Amino acid sequence: MSDLFYDAAPNATRIAPPRPQPRKYPDKKPTHVYLFGTCVIDIMFPDAGFDAIRLLEREGITVHYPQEQGCCGQPAYSSGYIEQAKEVAKAQIALFENDWPVVIPSGSCAGMMRLHYKELFHDEPEVLAKVNALSERIYELGEFLLYVSKIQLKDQGQKTKIALHTSCAARREMNTHLHVRQLLDQLENVERIDHDHESECCGFGGTFSVKMADISGAMVLDKTKALKDTGVDQVVSADCGCLMNINGSLEKQNESLRGQHLATFLWLRTGGTHHE
Amino acid sequence: MSKTEQPRIPVLDALSQHFKENAHMALRNKQLRHNMRTAMDSLITKRLVSMPDENERESLRELGNHVRARALSKLPELLEKLEANLTKRGVQVHWAETTEEANQIIFDIAKRRQAKLFIKGKSMVSEELNMNHFLKKQGIEALESDMGEYIIQLDYERPSHIIMPAIHKNAKQVGHLFENKLQTPYTDDVDTLIQTGRKVLRNKFFEADIGISGVNFAVAETGSLFLVENEGNGRMSTTVPPVHIAITGIEKVVENLRDTVPLVSLLTRSALGQAITTYVNLISGPRKANELDGPEEVHLVLLDNGRTQAFADAQLRQTLNCIRCGACMNHCPVYTRIGGQAYGTVYPGPIGKIISPHLMGLDKTEDLPIASTLCGACGEVCPVKIPIPELLRRLRKEDVRPPEEPLHYVKGQGARFSRKERTMWNIWKSMNTKPNLYRKFSYLATRLRFMTPNILAWSQNHSKAKPASYTLHELAKKHLGDKK
Repeated sequence: MSDLFYDAAPNATRIAPPRPQPRKYPDKKPTHVYLFGTCVIDIMFPDAGFDAIRLLEREGITVHYPQEQGCCGQPAYSSGYIEQAKEVAKAQIALFENDWPVVIPSGSCAGMMRLHYKELFHDEPEVLAKVNALSERIYELGEFLLYVSKIQLKDQGQKTKIALHTSCAARREMNTHLHVRQLLDQLENVERIDHDHESECCGFGGTFSVKMADISGAMVLDKTKALKDTGVDQVVSADCGCLMNINGSLEKQNESLRGQHLATFLWLRTGGTHHE
Repeated sequence: MSKTEQPRIPVLDALSQHFKENAHMALRNKQLRHNMRTAMDSLITKRLVSMPDENERESLRELGNHVRARALSKLPELLEKLEANLTKRGVQVHWAETTEEANQIIFDIAKRRQAKLFIKGKSMVSEELNMNHFLKKQGIEALESDMGEYIIQLDYERPSHIIMPAIHKNAKQVGHLFENKLQTPYTDDVDTLIQTGRKVLRNKFFEADIGISGVNFAVAETGSLFLVENEGNGRMSTTVPPVHIAITGIEKVVENLRDTVPLVSLLTRSALGQAITTYVNLISGPRKANELDGPEEVHLVLLDNGRTQAFADAQLRQTLNCIRCGACMNHCPVYTRIGGQAYGTVYPGPIGKIISPHLMGLDKTEDLPIASTLCGACGEVCPVKIPIPELLRRLRKEDVRPPEEPLHYVKGQGARFSRKERTMWNIWKSMNTKPNLYRKFSYLATRLRFMTPNILAWSQNHSKAKPASYTLHELAKKHLGDKK
């Protein structure tokens, strides 16, 4: 290999490290955090967001939920409507004034705010400065619980087998598939079973599932088959877009298997109960 | 073919841009689905096994990206240098702005040599030219000598993969094809099938008037054409016939010979999991007076066909980094399910979705940029780090940009522009920038959940998506109060 490291790029010294440096996490657990709940959770899976709040509170953290929040802007960004995405992103950026971490119970929305906002505002230096600062404070829920809050989970549930599905954005942008695995592995009565083609997309892709319904359908059928083949009691995911897709398909197939959001799963396993 | 034939994309449709219809047909072809899954899984594994050390793999990719980016940063200069050095060595260099021009150049050479039979090594650019079809109309036969390409030529198909053009077929299908077309006894033994094909092709190398090949890397510093292959047919096609014509896109130039080392290592590992191919050819000119082997004439056709359009934009330029390994296809969940022919373009899969709009215009490829979940698997494996998802998003933007807007980065801008859709996104924008409006909407969406409209495309594969009966905004407000 060493022979290959010649002056490949103009004026290059050595090749940059292959992967971004592992993220540096704060030493001290913060006392306040913001929760960015995401629009899918807000409307489709509110309990997941609420369970995230209670998990954070149990860690002794004060949670702030800006009522002005909406969508992160990802749907427009992915569909090519960049101006619309920018406006929506700007509205969210303005909500997190204090220097507290912003915890997001979704890998793909966290990826959007942490990584893609930079691309969105690359030619607006003033916003970009804000975005860069905000980016450092963005955490996916699982990542936050594991590395910032250093949560110790005490499993109070029955023995169970689960399969984990991670969204592609979580996997390839945030590395949260690893964090979530580590969190789940703290639960002693939970056996995690790997499924076939685990790293493969479930076929959601936002508007893709509607615009290319045929192909998306083939993908989600393969994904649900792989999940069913594990014989697990439950599917867990930290991304509600995927859950909408997977659960919707499972229900259509009259299967009893369902996916649950990580926050809900962790909350219920560790003695939490659901509200009225 | 066997009697129980699966739905198949018609031959002529393989270049028809009917992406959705083709995909629909491909999805119903169980044999294709099975073949693709098995083949892609094997290629994914082989790639990983050939580059087991993650750090080394990532360093090599980084290097590959640097080499390509550097070459592209000096593209005009390197092309001139390439031409000068090739000419010095006796290679005749031709420039073609369009596919028609390229075909004409090739035909002119053929006319001068009174050629009747071409023998071809693999060349995707010749597919771009639709060269076989063009030559046929002029009474010239162009016979494929790459085994995969020969198989699909026999079956009147087009390549479905850049590296493995017949990857969608299995041995049984090829056995039946040979049985019908070559009148050989049926077998699905791969070695026997390859021997059969080879026997047919063997003499053609000697009969052919002109040999055609592609180019993997055109080395500016030395004026060499770098060509990798596994079957030896590439070497035969380029050395046995009296004339060799190489065809390549202008982006394939690299600065010096040393640059080819990491690139070829990445190419073969990413494509097939091979450390190196069986044959590595470096062609540096025609046969000299005192030499026994090699063609009397060597030509290089340099094709633009939309590449300068991609080159002109710093972001889109990254498209031209591609070294045609096909790894993005091998890892793409969409490609795996529909195969390459469904794309209706020469270059299928993720890379095709970003190259084809430049070659053909967005108006002819409007569905390609949206035929992705943006899962990122393609970008993750690309040996030269083309940010394919990022470029797909960019093309989506050009796809919906109003056609009358002055900035035209890609031919056919605004192919998917729809006033209605734009209005919808503007409403979405208002909702998410005006918190009161958003809260009213989400309140109504949850309270009137029974009235959620049924999206037909969604309900084909899913139960109806119903909002919850309350929002997180409400739960949070009740629980946390009004604290900011």
